Amino acid sequence: MSDTKTKKKRKEKPPIEEPLLAPGHRACSGCGESLGAKLVMDAAGPNTYATCCTGCLEVFSTPYPESAWKMPWIHSLFENSSAVAAGIEAALIAQGRDKDVNIIAMGGDGGTADIGIGCLSGMLERGHNILYVCFDNEAYMNTGVQRSGLTPFDARTSTSPPGKRSWGNKTTKKNLPGIAGAHGIPYVATATVGYPNDLINKVKKALKIQGPKYMQVHVPCPLGWIHPTDQTIEIAKLAVLTGLIPIYEMEYGEVTRVRKIGKNRRPVEDYLKPQGRFRHLFAKGAEAEEELEKIRQIAEDNIKKFGLA
Amino acid sequence: MKEFIEGSMAVARGVAVCRPHVVSAYPITPQTHIVEHLSEMVADGDLDSQFINVESEFGAASVVLGAAAAGGRSYSATTSQGLLLMGEVLFNIAGLRLPISITVANRAVSAPINIWNDHSDAMVFRDAGWIMLFAEDNQEVHDMQIQAYKIGENPEIMLPVLVNMDGFILTHAYETVETISQKEADDFLPPFKPEYYLDVNKPITMGVLGDPNYYLETRYSLQEAIDESRDVVKQVAREFKEKFGRWYGDLIDTYRTEDADTVFVAMGSLVGTIKDTVDELRDKGEKVGLLKIRCYRPWPGEEVVESLKNIDNVIVLEKAVSLGASGMMADEIKASLFDTPHRPKISNFFIGLGGRDIPKESLIKVYNQVKEKPQYNQFVDLKPELLEYPS
Amino acid sequence: MARPRPAGYVAEPGSSKANKTGSWRTEKPVFLHDTCTDCRICVLVCPDGIIFGADSIYDADFDFCKGCGICAAECPVDDIEMAPEVR
Ligand SMILES: Cc1ncc(C[n+]2csc(CCOP(=O)(O)OP(=O)(O)O)c2C)c(N)n1
Ligand code: SF4
Ligand code: SF4
Ligand SMILES: [Mg+2]
Repeated sequence: MSDTKTKKKRKEKPPIEEPLLAPGHRACSGCGESLGAKLVMDAAGPNTYATCCTGCLEVFSTPYPESAWKMPWIHSLFENSSAVAAGIEAALIAQGRDKDVNIIAMGGDGGTADIGIGCLSGMLERGHNILYVCFDNEAYMNTGVQRSGLTPFDARTSTSPPGKRSWGNKTTKKNLPGIAGAHGIPYVATATVGYPNDLINKVKKALKIQGPKYMQVHVPCPLGWIHPTDQTIEIAKLAVLTGLIPIYEMEYGEVTRVRKIGKNRRPVEDYLKPQGRFRHLFAKGAEAEEELEKIRQIAEDNIKKFGLA
Repeated sequence: MKEFIEGSMAVARGVAVCRPHVVSAYPITPQTHIVEHLSEMVADGDLDSQFINVESEFGAASVVLGAAAAGGRSYSATTSQGLLLMGEVLFNIAGLRLPISITVANRAVSAPINIWNDHSDAMVFRDAGWIMLFAEDNQEVHDMQIQAYKIGENPEIMLPVLVNMDGFILTHAYETVETISQKEADDFLPPFKPEYYLDVNKPITMGVLGDPNYYLETRYSLQEAIDESRDVVKQVAREFKEKFGRWYGDLIDTYRTEDADTVFVAMGSLVGTIKDTVDELRDKGEKVGLLKIRCYRPWPGEEVVESLKNIDNVIVLEKAVSLGASGMMADEIKASLFDTPHRPKISNFFIGLGGRDIPKESLIKVYNQVKEKPQYNQFVDLKPELLEYPS
Repeated sequence: MARPRPAGYVAEPGSSKANKTGSWRTEKPVFLHDTCTDCRICVLVCPDGIIFGADSIYDADFDFCKGCGICAAECPVDDIEMAPEVR
């Protein structure tokens, strides 16, 4: 391995550093949320203040006396990471400590789309120079997989179980990026751990923009979605390729860029079948064709709306 | 400087000279004037603070929490429904040991909705880990702002402080107030320099998960800190007197109790009315005095016992009810006296709820009732005709 | 005397490393060091960020590797294999 070619490579690639979300945290094996947080933090770098909502991310990373975070980090409550971040920004400005630092507020889909939407809206409206990142694993995982406003249609959760009179979650995903964009903020992006480099680039881009930014990162949860731990990336990609999770950017409320699916488009079944939370749609004698058609329609609508074809 | 100003302005002036880095609040009557004044000062460049308008009191409390965690002195004000909406954050702030100061323009709680004064809002938070001070008049509430930061930010204490003032009765009353100058304030209150705060140059993690192996000790140390804050409240009151010559008591204050056989116990602006009543009764030869509770949390048990040691009749007047139990303060006074040799009779009354007027005559009536026999859990000036169901 | 920083109040950055999650593992990735093209996708996608190395020689820190198998699943040239963990 000592030929010149390798030496050249060595120069090209920097040494691998331990992530800013240090190992030893207690996220489940294959957790998409921990991967997402690792990628976001390393993209942001150590000069970052971070706030976090209650949820898996907070619980698995900070059981006292341990903390996985290597940047200044605070958790307060389930629904206020955005407001706490706003307070941090205000104090840093007042103390003249706001130069060359990033502020990132984080939360799960529950902490962001449901209980924390008021504080989030306030933060976006007021123009703080903060990036909010929602890690969307599509349910309240920390409390045992209950539905949230971002749980997809027909998914099984512990509070949207399929049964004789139900196919699972009755609602479709709340359009939170759209709501964020409607605040007229300079940058909104969706991303996924399925495409890590795209995620990293978007974080870096967002942090260069002055003002409030919102990112929603799709993060599979092997425990709640019921899929093998090694399938986290694959499932995340399929969510995009089926059209169920559109990946796009918005500036001042207008969609400016999308990740096209084109010829790589896959049928929704390819995404649904490997996940236990949709297993009831494929059970013997389930007669779920009507439901599957509705899900196909959701994908179709996304593809049309965002021009993903 | 002597100024004839509204109570809310007395508060705003008192806060402004503390140079808060961050002020965040949400409007609610009768607190609103306070933050309006502060936002004007910021707009005019007279106050160099970040003023953050928020979407709710929950947001305001969360903003000041974040600001304090980042090492900033921070301030908010609210009342009633707003204080209740802050509730979850208030407990969190104390647990995080962030010495924020919040002024509460005390008001009744809904339902029915009522914007007038009582103490039902603040008393909900007596177990939240906040130091709770109650001001008697606008001079005291002006002076209490700087004292609050000096107490809470003491490195041995590091606890938040609720400064309580009666809504409307004080917030909207014009009085002459000797205001503290910036120079005087800077001499009295050192800059906020917490030992631990969020900083990219020295990262720490705040707001951890405390499992059963650790949580209990966090409550122990909170209790330890708030217990020790008694001495700091006293010391700050003394230092304040030395510098400014003004004294309102420390944890408690007493009025004409030396040879008294009966005392009223109360908090807030009611103390002023009681003083007048005491004077009137004294003129008639009654041996009556007043015990003012200035610091409700930490509870000044020893001081209460000491000041009641020669008293036969105690009349506790409270502006809040512990529904399903009794008067919160009356119960605490009884508990404090339980292990002492001298146990006076404790009568307790609920008074002025929802802003019901408290004339001197009502206090004299109460006094006469107690002279006859002790009274328990009585609602003063109840209108029986309003309690009848229509037939 | 109250201490400004009692237990349960502030944690040190990165102190999670005291917790060796490697004990969770039932399978382990075997880095074959054969067809590796030095793309570092495994480094990128490991949720625990514990794949280290250089110049096509990469390996997991087995103190922490949870054995999720994402690295093996995502390696584009199949140079990582999962094998049962034997202890
Ligand atoms: C006010 C309040 N309500 C409820 C809870 C309980 N709770 C804690 S985390 C959580 C769910 C978190 O879900 P999400 O935000 O999606 O994060 P995830 O765990 O899925 O990453 C809930 C319901 C709480 N801590 N606080
Ligand atoms: S439950 Fe899901 S989100 Fe939570 S740690 Fe496990 S895999 Fe991650
Ligand atoms: S198996 Fe999982 S935890 Fe172990 S090195 Fe591979 S990706 Fe990382
Ligand atoms: Mg979730």
